[in-house]
Amino acid sequence: MDMPAPNPTVLAKKARIVDRLLAVLPADAVIHEVEETRAYECDALTAYKCPPLCAVLPSTTAEVSEILKICHEEGVPVVPRGSGTSLAGGALPTADSVILGVARMNEVLETDYDNRFIRVQSGRTNLSVTGAVEEEDFFYAPDPSSQLACAIAGNVGMNSGGAHCLKYGVTTNNLLGVTMVLMDGTIVEIGGAHLDAGGLDLLGVICGSEGQLGVVTEATLRILRKPEGARPVLIGYDSNEVAGECVSDIIKAGVLPVAIEFMDRPCIRATEAFAKAGYPDCESLLIVEVEGSDAEIDEQLGLISEIARKHNPVELRESKSAEESAAIWLGRKSAFGAMGQINDYMCLDGTIPVSALPMVLRRIGELSKQYGLDVGNVFHAGDGNMHPLILFDANKPGDLELCEEFGAEILKLCVEVGGCLTGEHGVGVEKRDLMDAQFDPVDLEAQLRVKDVFDPAWLLNPAKVFPLNATATRRAA
Amino acid sequence: MIKPKTEAELAQAVADATGPLKIIGGGTRDVGAPVTGGVLSTRGLSGIELYEPGALTIVVKAGTPVAKVEQALAAEGQRLPFEPLDYRALLGTTGTPTIGGVVASNASGPRRIQAGACRDSLIGVRFVDGHGDAIKNGGRVMKNVTGYDLVKLMAGSWGTLGVLSEVSFKVLPVPEAAAELRISGLSEAEATKAMSAAMGSPFDVTGAAHLPEGVGEGPDTILRIEGFSASVAYRAKELTKLLAPFGDVAVEHDPTQVAASWKWLRDVEAFATRDGAVWRVSLKPTNAAVFSAMLEQNDLEHQAIFDWAGGLVWLLVPDEGDAGAAVIRQQIATFGGHATLVRASEATRRAVPVFQPEPAPLVAISAGLRKQFDPRGILNPGLMG
Repeated sequence: MDMPAPNPTVLAKKARIVDRLLAVLPADAVIHEVEETRAYECDALTAYKCPPLCAVLPSTTAEVSEILKICHEEGVPVVPRGSGTSLAGGALPTADSVILGVARMNEVLETDYDNRFIRVQSGRTNLSVTGAVEEEDFFYAPDPSSQLACAIAGNVGMNSGGAHCLKYGVTTNNLLGVTMVLMDGTIVEIGGAHLDAGGLDLLGVICGSEGQLGVVTEATLRILRKPEGARPVLIGYDSNEVAGECVSDIIKAGVLPVAIEFMDRPCIRATEAFAKAGYPDCESLLIVEVEGSDAEIDEQLGLISEIARKHNPVELRESKSAEESAAIWLGRKSAFGAMGQINDYMCLDGTIPVSALPMVLRRIGELSKQYGLDVGNVFHAGDGNMHPLILFDANKPGDLELCEEFGAEILKLCVEVGGCLTGEHGVGVEKRDLMDAQFDPVDLEAQLRVKDVFDPAWLLNPAKVFPLNATATRRAA
Repeated sequence: MIKPKTEAELAQAVADATGPLKIIGGGTRDVGAPVTGGVLSTRGLSGIELYEPGALTIVVKAGTPVAKVEQALAAEGQRLPFEPLDYRALLGTTGTPTIGGVVASNASGPRRIQAGACRDSLIGVRFVDGHGDAIKNGGRVMKNVTGYDLVKLMAGSWGTLGVLSEVSFKVLPVPEAAAELRISGLSEAEATKAMSAAMGSPFDVTGAAHLPEGVGEGPDTILRIEGFSASVAYRAKELTKLLAPFGDVAVEHDPTQVAASWKWLRDVEAFATRDGAVWRVSLKPTNAAVFSAMLEQNDLEHQAIFDWAGGLVWLLVPDEGDAGAAVIRQQIATFGGHATLVRASEATRRAVPVFQPEPAPLVAISAGLRKQFDPRGILNPGLMG
């Protein structure tokens, strides 16, 4: 994976840039000593590291504006950062870049239950948004697995999803407005407590733009009243094809579960060894969760079980209590940790049409043999968002490269069957060079033109999302 | 009229255009500043490309009639979640609404508050931009963050960034049952409180509206719930209890009646036969009543229907002078949100900005995007201002 060579002019004027930043920020908000900048050298894609020129930790939108004005004038690339949990390298610095971290901006600004929204500073973590409203029995729906740590800023940047988006949608469907600072320091308000755009839907294109169009400092988020309850059913099958058919039949029957999770045999075995959740040793396992009052849940679970039985499950376990629900979810929630116990892993997140599921799993199995690397599959089956976990040994020379090559094959397969490279993690640097597999040059050009409008100098997170050769002239201009 | 039959023909038509183009689907949504130009119709691009009920996804060519899409979905017990409104009655237009027109206008009905807008169900687009390039974005899967989301940008852009050739949606099952709850006699202020209480309950309300005196049997506050029969019955009972402080609640379970009532609301049929200009105002739901009161205080004669629990106000005003634009937009400046003049004479629509004027930095961004996507300024020029 290549990154652009740092701009020597920028490197040469580090002292001046740091001085200018110190003039608008408290001393402890500018991190510029070489050993301290290492804390920002990578995000959750730890295979790639590079300490930034410096990192800044503003506390207000006004400070963000001052920082961007300075960087704009000095021609310094800026890499926005939430909590640094990106699996795609979205917050990976270059040596000539300023990391703009919003972690200190974590206040709740307004809570409005009558109108069902909350306005927060963007450094607030996902889970603590729900934390701020759960006393009134409300919640914020998008729930990425990293929700304990990940920031709303990153959620907006990557348009994060989660396990429950079959019913509640992803970030973009729950985002009502943002305060955003453009690269030249201009502060803009887009959207608000009302629905939909009065003109062009700029909010729609900002969400998921990976910090390349502006720095989001505040967000207005839709909150919802919690359902009365939720319970899952666990269903085991001896074949991936049959499990796939079962998912399709549940959806066709008119039930809308909040989540349909799928695990394959390698993943079931790994989680059993690690978490001992009592899962059956079978080819594929489904966890289907529904919501409502007790009676409503019973009716829906009854219907799902009836459909599941027609496909001869090896196991079918309807939860009747909170304890049983927790036991069913235990393995699924430990899946990543369990795989991590075995070896280093790379987590992919391509999406496929649900109908292509059995074929894609079979092909991944074949590729696994070919590359000599094990894969476990755990994913959101209702929406086709896969999470193949490829195991490799980071200490073995060549293994990471082999794993990346294998991963690229899987993602290209996702695109081939009508899906996409990334369902919820984002492109970052990880999938940047695969964009040509999904998009024709004109498709990419249309996206680059959007960036030209928001950030004409190409200073915001410039080396991400698009293949470097596609952006070279723009970045050099 | 140019009526391409393939996307390649469409791209050629745009590339070859020597002047402004007025882009239409069925021509039923005559909204915006009047456009003068050669008519480019998408009606020749018709047909369902792919429909997978088990994956809840459908891919349709842009010129396909909405009715054809809805029929195909209904045959599998599914529907477009966002309940697209049909502008024909309100605007007095004839013709066949197309699915591309639904997307270009981001047309969402009462269920928008629970199921999201058209743009939320839209998962992929193909379009021809002003350069004459055929561009794709998104796709046919419901979770996709690969590259920028131009899908949302195209929804509600009224053909000013590109001409849609194909659209993909996430669809949902049609629930087994529906019910309508009705409270009569509430003031606008009481109605917004009752609707907030219902929306803040765990009972999954899929419609909340208030009809003023003089509209239907108004004043009536109506709520809709949908789902399995037993669940609908249970939630109707719970909501009746919850709303008891606001008045007696009448419950309608007849599916035909419920469907007719919400279609009537969705298409703003109440204003169809009344003279006057019609505004579509989006604002913070609890501001609806006070917004309406402020118009009264400023002597703007009006009738207001609240949909989206108050978040959407359909406003009927006399089509005289600026059709109330100055007063309405002065209130929007106070309350936030936006107001679109969806129905007025051509003269009024030429004189008044139809779409909500935006602050300078956003005007610059929108103008910049139009310049990038349509450098010659030939796609519905001026329609959005």
